[in-house]
Amino acid sequence: MAVEPIIRIRDLHVSIEDTEILRGVNLEILPGEIHALMGRNGSGKSTLANVLMGHPAYSITAGTVEFLGEDLLEMEPWERARAGVFLSFQYPQAVPGLQVGNFLRKSVQAIRGENAPGARDFRKELNAAMAALDVDKKFLGRYVNDGFSGGEKKRFEILQLLLNKPRLAVLDETDSGLDIDALHTVAKGINASTTDESGCLIITHYQRILDHVKPTHVHIMIDGLLVKTGGPELAMKVEEDGYEWIETAAV
Amino acid sequence: MENVEARDVVGDYKYGFHDPVNATIRFDNGLSEQVVRDISALKDEPEWMTDLRVKAYRHYADRPMPTWGNMRMLEQIDFDSICYFLRSSKGTESDWEDVPEDIRNTFDRLGIPEAEKKWLSGVTAQYESEVVYHSIREDLEKQGVIFLDMDTGLKEYPDLVKKWFCTVVPYADNKFSALNTAVWSGGSFIYVPKGVHVEMPVQAYFRINAKNMGQFERTLIIADEGSSIHYVEGCTAPTYSTDSLHSAVVELIALPGSHIRYSTVQNWSTNVYNLVTKRAIAHTNSKVEWVDGNIGSKLTMKYPSVILKGEGAHAEIISVAYSGKGQHQDAGAKIHHLASNTTSKILSKSISKDGGRGSYRGMVQVAKKAENCKVNVVCDALILDEHSRSDTYPTMEVANSTAHCEHEASVSKISDDQVFYLMSRGHSEDQALAMIVNGFFEPFTRELPMEYAVELNKLMALEMEGSIG
Repeated sequence: MAVEPIIRIRDLHVSIEDTEILRGVNLEILPGEIHALMGRNGSGKSTLANVLMGHPAYSITAGTVEFLGEDLLEMEPWERARAGVFLSFQYPQAVPGLQVGNFLRKSVQAIRGENAPGARDFRKELNAAMAALDVDKKFLGRYVNDGFSGGEKKRFEILQLLLNKPRLAVLDETDSGLDIDALHTVAKGINASTTDESGCLIITHYQRILDHVKPTHVHIMIDGLLVKTGGPELAMKVEEDGYEWIETAAV
Repeated sequence: MENVEARDVVGDYKYGFHDPVNATIRFDNGLSEQVVRDISALKDEPEWMTDLRVKAYRHYADRPMPTWGNMRMLEQIDFDSICYFLRSSKGTESDWEDVPEDIRNTFDRLGIPEAEKKWLSGVTAQYESEVVYHSIREDLEKQGVIFLDMDTGLKEYPDLVKKWFCTVVPYADNKFSALNTAVWSGGSFIYVPKGVHVEMPVQAYFRINAKNMGQFERTLIIADEGSSIHYVEGCTAPTYSTDSLHSAVVELIALPGSHIRYSTVQNWSTNVYNLVTKRAIAHTNSKVEWVDGNIGSKLTMKYPSVILKGEGAHAEIISVAYSGKGQHQDAGAKIHHLASNTTSKILSKSISKDGGRGSYRGMVQVAKKAENCKVNVVCDALILDEHSRSDTYPTMEVANSTAHCEHEASVSKISDDQVFYLMSRGHSEDQALAMIVNGFFEPFTRELPMEYAVELNKLMALEMEGSIG
């Protein structure tokens, strides 16, 4: 029997304010796979990430997205989260007054529903995840992303990834702006969150995170289309030679 | 019949129920000098109080309406249709079992006896014009703490009351302080002796039950040298299609080195005019805090104030206001720095939604002789939709150049990206909004006793339900 994909994107067309950004994207992620998505700024990578999570600013003009066999595009963002989709934001939003510890607990309860841990087990999970990501306990008393440094924001996204235990993690430039130590820590978190049951889509400009998180597939996006797919060697080649050779070939 | 009417307009307001009105004494609606004299006679008051009431009544009758706040709404108050005194119980009981059953049920539904058992040092519960229940923990009584309803306070401690009554808020301060002084009934009288610290808060709960009711409680708190107390008050009323009036006066006296914290969560139904004067005098090295939440009412005009009279005194006024459909919260703060080295902090947060209007009206004065004063004012407004409105009217009069004054104001909206971020973590749109709104109020909420904070968060979550689309 064929393995059921985590996500199956077919011929996805997406516009924002009458400008077409995605022009027919096809992508399938199977359990246990880690896909890297590379491309220049403005090629449509972040749009794909936001559309998968259900950002209201985008309109889907054609195509389908199935998540674990369900029509993802019919779901509200919170339903997607509860179904097992997670987005690590490129620019996480601050919510002054909302305490990190409280927020994490509520999110885990919302997302993991009946399987959410009780107070004591949650505390254990939280402590372990924070230790793994080198996050100080004081963090829990701060307000969500309020006054966080760039690195703290990214760590906080990965902390949520570890606690929310999604089936599909979409990481939108989680590696951008991190120093080498932070990159290492974040990569460790991503690796810890991937299982045989889950899939991962890593959106990145740089090959360097892929030294730490080994992708099974690498895709290159140009002008809203996935124009080339390969293994880790493709990321190495892009790092060395840039995108021009692909663009030339694609024309 | 009344029930149907109430139910029609009650909506989501959880406290909108009302009980049968079983008045033992109900004055005819409307106000005259005779009504004022009758109230005083009924209460068997000393002559000086009767005289004061009458003087105040005359001032009230002559004094024009305020020309700020919301004049259009003020003009709509029908003073002749209001009942100025209603007695619904034979007296003040100290055992809930002795309180008339229907009134007891009301307070049960409001959770007061339960809260009393868990976390309070003392409770008074006022129903219409008078306090129907009152208690104080024995150990505090033994330490000399006086915690009574104002009427009993006047009977048992006439000298103490006479010494301080109307000294912080003169009857002629404004039209509504004059009205309150003329017809006051109920409220709390508190005296904390030197050096006594009342660890757990004392609570007063104010409930209006009858239609067209006027509630005019009067509260006087005196914290003697080096003492401390935290007073908490809550207010609710049934939702009727006609209006009620709540016009209180609160006077606080913080003697040297003492600390008074006065917390309010006002959740009147949206047919109540809430026109209240709250003021404190802070003596040397004392500290006064007003923690003031305005969620309900039709129109609130309330500006808690502190007169920093003694050197080194400190004032903090933290307030939040929520203005929903048809509501106007004209709230703010006033601080007068009369002495040197006095410090003050004002934090005001307002949310307007569904056409509601929130105004911050603030006044900070630093007297010429007051050296090295510090003032910090922060006003934040959050506007939830384009039909709603927020205004800021700050005034600073600084007559001494050594003063250090800071003022910040911000107006913000909730961004789609903020809501989307929270929704991506499994929270519905309503929940996301409630998280943002409760976060906005958090600097206020964290100052409240936990039970009040939880209740306030629930209340705001309820207000956010179905607010989009």
